Amino acid sequence: MKQIFATIMALVGLSASAQVGTPYIHDPSTLAECDGKWFTFGTGGGGLISTDGGYTWGGGAERPGGGAAPDVVKIGNRYLVAYSATGGGLGGSHRGEVLTMWNKTLDPQSPDFHYSEPQLVAWSEDGDDCDAIDPGLLLDPTTGRLWMSYGTYFGNIRLVELDPQTGKRVEGNEAVDIAIDCEATDLIYRNGWYYLLGTHGTCCDGVNSTYNIVCGRSRQVTGPYLDNLGRDMRKGGGRMVIAAHHRVVGPGHFGRTVLTEGVEKMSCHFEADFDQGGYSVLGIRPLLWKNDWPVAGEPLREGTYEIESERRGYALELAVDFQRIETERRSWFRLQQSGETPKPIAQQSLADVQDKWPKGDIGVRCGDYMVRPWQRWTIEAVSGVGGSMGQPYYRIGIEGTSRSLCATPDCEVSTVETFTAAPEQLWQIDQQTDGTFRIMPVAIPGSDRRLCLVSVADSTPSLGEFDFASDNCKWNLRAH
Amino acid sequence: MKTKFILCAFCLLTTWAVAQDKYFTAPTDQPVTADAEGFVRRWTLLEPISKPNRTNTVFTDSYLREVFATEYFPGQMTLLPRDGQKVKARFEKVEMPKDYRRIDPATLKVQRGTETLRWHKLDSKTYNLKLMRFGEHYRQRLYGVIYWVVTVVRCEEDMTGVRLSVGSNSASQWWVNGTEALLLSGDRRMVADDAMSARLVLHKGDNVIRGAIINGPGMSDFCLRFVREDGTPVTQGFTIL
Repeated sequence: MKQIFATIMALVGLSASAQVGTPYIHDPSTLAECDGKWFTFGTGGGGLISTDGGYTWGGGAERPGGGAAPDVVKIGNRYLVAYSATGGGLGGSHRGEVLTMWNKTLDPQSPDFHYSEPQLVAWSEDGDDCDAIDPGLLLDPTTGRLWMSYGTYFGNIRLVELDPQTGKRVEGNEAVDIAIDCEATDLIYRNGWYYLLGTHGTCCDGVNSTYNIVCGRSRQVTGPYLDNLGRDMRKGGGRMVIAAHHRVVGPGHFGRTVLTEGVEKMSCHFEADFDQGGYSVLGIRPLLWKNDWPVAGEPLREGTYEIESERRGYALELAVDFQRIETERRSWFRLQQSGETPKPIAQQSLADVQDKWPKGDIGVRCGDYMVRPWQRWTIEAVSGVGGSMGQPYYRIGIEGTSRSLCATPDCEVSTVETFTAAPEQLWQIDQQTDGTFRIMPVAIPGSDRRLCLVSVADSTPSLGEFDFASDNCKWNLRAH
Repeated sequence: MKTKFILCAFCLLTTWAVAQDKYFTAPTDQPVTADAEGFVRRWTLLEPISKPNRTNTVFTDSYLREVFATEYFPGQMTLLPRDGQKVKARFEKVEMPKDYRRIDPATLKVQRGTETLRWHKLDSKTYNLKLMRFGEHYRQRLYGVIYWVVTVVRCEEDMTGVRLSVGSNSASQWWVNGTEALLLSGDRRMVADDAMSARLVLHKGDNVIRGAIINGPGMSDFCLRFVREDGTPVTQGFTIL
């Protein structure tokens, strides 16, 4: 049994800092889903494909035209790709051209895969205070109008309007300056605000790149885009969204992906991943919203947590007897009189309580958090079993044991004594836009429903439909 | 002496009348519905069984399973009690010292015996059943007690995927049609929707809901309703006999 346990536990312990596969890319376009696969295109042509929901990424995406920093948006049943065919760099020419082209599919394996002829939609001349590269597309959900930002460190970031039917520049449209000195801008809309995200810092210097992504917001798509201090992005303003962290540096080229209400991801590249030779890699992070400002979440760190329900604040725990810590109880005021120095009390350990737990499956419930062994959950990435958008699947188990949380055939939750990496013992954990977590079993035995861990009552966890509006679907992971 | 007796009897009757007026009413012969929030207010309650506990912290899962599996009266898990029906129930009693904080449990002498207790069918005026007030006025027992409660809900059709939702003070265990549905362990305060059963089926026709609530010191009450999978309470489709 010990050997089995050791073998199973060898599955866990995967680094969760970077994407899996061969995710090497620079300036990835906003992630786009097509026929169950995810795509992103990068500088220089080509791009990445994920066939497992955004966890493993590898080459194979095709985008002709070369150039820098493309973007893609789905309009109706077609995809519009924008890219710049030039890009001379800081010391080179600043004659730039941005082009758009259509495709019915992004999948090169599809018989429908065929790009339309590129069409010129924006440009710059050497004498302009603009370098027409790095397009970012926004299909305005409130009006249906199509907007494109472009530009780089050489002068202004500009906004133009395109025709969503043709992808061409709207006739007579004049470019509007909306920022200066950014790279790889992107436009998004949320909750009555338009956001302009741009990359600042030094590009293309490997582990020394200082790239970072900032943003400003406006009630009008045409700006002005102001940061949290009210500083106009035309004056260089910008509030930080993501910078270097852990073993990656130089995030650039923002993209927003809304998986469902309350669960959003941001894509970018990291100029250098220290765990992957310092190469530029695709990054996917939870996208959080703080006072209507976008903030990148961090990859879930493996460790031992209290899993606290947002509903009432009770903690997920094994349904076992509460075992008291027996201590000598004395009045504090007598201590005042005696002058005695109090001695620390040992924390209750697993060895203190485990023998009294039943064998086999043990149910779960929620209760007052007391830092007890039956409430301490170790969350570990599991390798070789896949993952979800930007992250691996996890085991959630009682610290120091193989006992693991699992989904049951009747759509409830329980624990099994020994972890086997069966799909019902694997969990997808997504940080939600408010910072809480959605916790979902990868599979429910005998069911194809995708349910998440919910608090149906203060003390009762179960599985239920995800509803971001309900605190029943939200959990906090607290490291004590 | 006679005057004293009459005075005492008057006081007791007055107290009960006040209590009944404040917390309960005598039910009619007609079935009732759940209240607007789905709470079941009609119950048949057994006068409290004496089961002394000086603290509610002893109510672990295994303790509760052991205590509630103990037969205190015949038909404990099967009886459909009528209003006024009597049962002979086992009890435990201890003489508590005045300063109960200094009790050494090992020195307490437990007295065991049987006594006759009555079932009372009542409609609660509040969403929660005030057990302590019920016990106080029928047996003058406040603390260290077990309450057994029963109700029958009659469903127009099968109701699938509903959950039994309970809040109780203190710990309690619940059965639906003889099958355990829920255990609320620990030193509990009554909170609406504190704990819920797994999804279950209420069958067309009569369904027996049975509960046992144990309390040491302090207030004792409970509330119960059924909740659909989407979290909304079940307020229609059944009556309470």
